[in-house]
Amino acid sequence: MALKIRTPLSRGEARALRCGDSVEISGVIYTARDAAHKRLCELLEAGEPLPFDPAGAVIYFAGPAPARPGQPIGPVGPTTSYRMDPYSPALIRAGLTGMIGKGRRSPEVVAAMKECGAVYFGAIGGCAALLAKCVKKAEVVCYEDLGAEAVRRLEVEDFPVTVIIDAEGNDLYEKGREAYLKAMEEERG
Amino acid sequence: MREIRSEEIRDCVRRLCVEACCVLPRDVRDCLEKSWGEESWPPAREILDRIIENYHIAEESMCPICQDTGVACVFLEIGQDLHIEGDIEKAVNEGVAAGYTEGCLRKSVVVDPVLNRKNSGDNTPAMIYYELVPGDRLKVTVAPKGFGSENMSRIKMLKPADGIEGVKDFIVRTAEEAGPNPCPPVVVGVGIGGTFDKAALMAKKALLRPLDERNPDPAYAALEEELRERINALGMGPQGLGGRTYALAVNIDTFATHIAGLPVAVNINCHVARHRTEVL
Repeated sequence: MALKIRTPLSRGEARALRCGDSVEISGVIYTARDAAHKRLCELLEAGEPLPFDPAGAVIYFAGPAPARPGQPIGPVGPTTSYRMDPYSPALIRAGLTGMIGKGRRSPEVVAAMKECGAVYFGAIGGCAALLAKCVKKAEVVCYEDLGAEAVRRLEVEDFPVTVIIDAEGNDLYEKGREAYLKAMEEERG
Repeated sequence: MREIRSEEIRDCVRRLCVEACCVLPRDVRDCLEKSWGEESWPPAREILDRIIENYHIAEESMCPICQDTGVACVFLEIGQDLHIEGDIEKAVNEGVAAGYTEGCLRKSVVVDPVLNRKNSGDNTPAMIYYELVPGDRLKVTVAPKGFGSENMSRIKMLKPADGIEGVKDFIVRTAEEAGPNPCPPVVVGVGIGGTFDKAALMAKKALLRPLDERNPDPAYAALEEELRERINALGMGPQGLGGRTYALAVNIDTFATHIAGLPVAVNINCHVARHRTEVL
């Protein structure tokens, strides 16, 4: 049974989530990937405000395909997260409490998550048509010149994710694999 | 001599871009469904359920299966008795631009890799591979390639002394290091032999072979099966979250090589293993 959460996500709510939890997210999330992360971090370094409030924000590492007429958004699945590793710690320290992506994260990102209280969610990579159905509204917040890489504000309903790395640093990529291999070993006796 | 107008090539490429991105090939579907049946781990089955549901939704609404509609890899097998009227490269790129624009596919190409990462706006240029073959037909294959999996691909110039065990270890290690990043379950394309570049091209072309078709050489066919088993036994599973189903298939192609060399290239493709072919 999935836990239902609503954004913004407080530090305390983020800390309460556990590696392996199935979660359905409702509320506002922001898309940002490589080029947008670079710009967001340049703003932070310059001490300037971000184009959206980072406090309790959840960023979705994604760049949608164009929307068909009458649809809020085109297909939108997660992109591989490690490319955002150089930027995520600064955003977490600025208030970010959730990231949605796929794939492994660096020790620096996990350290920032533990220090501040943030979680890393996984969405199923390559399930873009399915995930787009959970997006009710989408608008460009900034960086329209980046096309698919612009920062978009998405209003989502029951967006399905799994907690991959929790605020204690537990990692489902390790634990899920271990659990499966242990079960197989027991089955073989 | 048979003639073909470049406009026909343009229109063909345009069609293939859209169809490839929205409709998963039959062999990939069959393989995913077969893997579902062989997967005993409930969380892994659930992920496969979603993946299967997703490509059904995509096909019904002619919506791209994945938002990363890739760079357009276009393979042209040109009959040597065919005359093409007009500029073939221009025709292919016009077809890609039209397909990606009209089909609401994502434009993911930047004009320069380092100094000017500006989006080209229409997903051109395509990566075009030309091959001359006997006959007077033109076989066009469009394989949109996403970069989540492309980034996890590796090449290594092994020593002849590394032998078959070195080859196996490199392929299995490449899959393990890729882990959850390339959207598993994946297809593992392998090129062994040739030169540095030839090995990489063989690995890419191996991804076009149907997943239920093994290497015609029984020894390499057995190696493909053995490697698939070894990779799946690592327990990484769909999305890397645990389970059996990591490699849907390992497709190996080989070629003669130099006495001093043993190049091995591994090109990984995600479960959205797209490609579509037409013969003109």
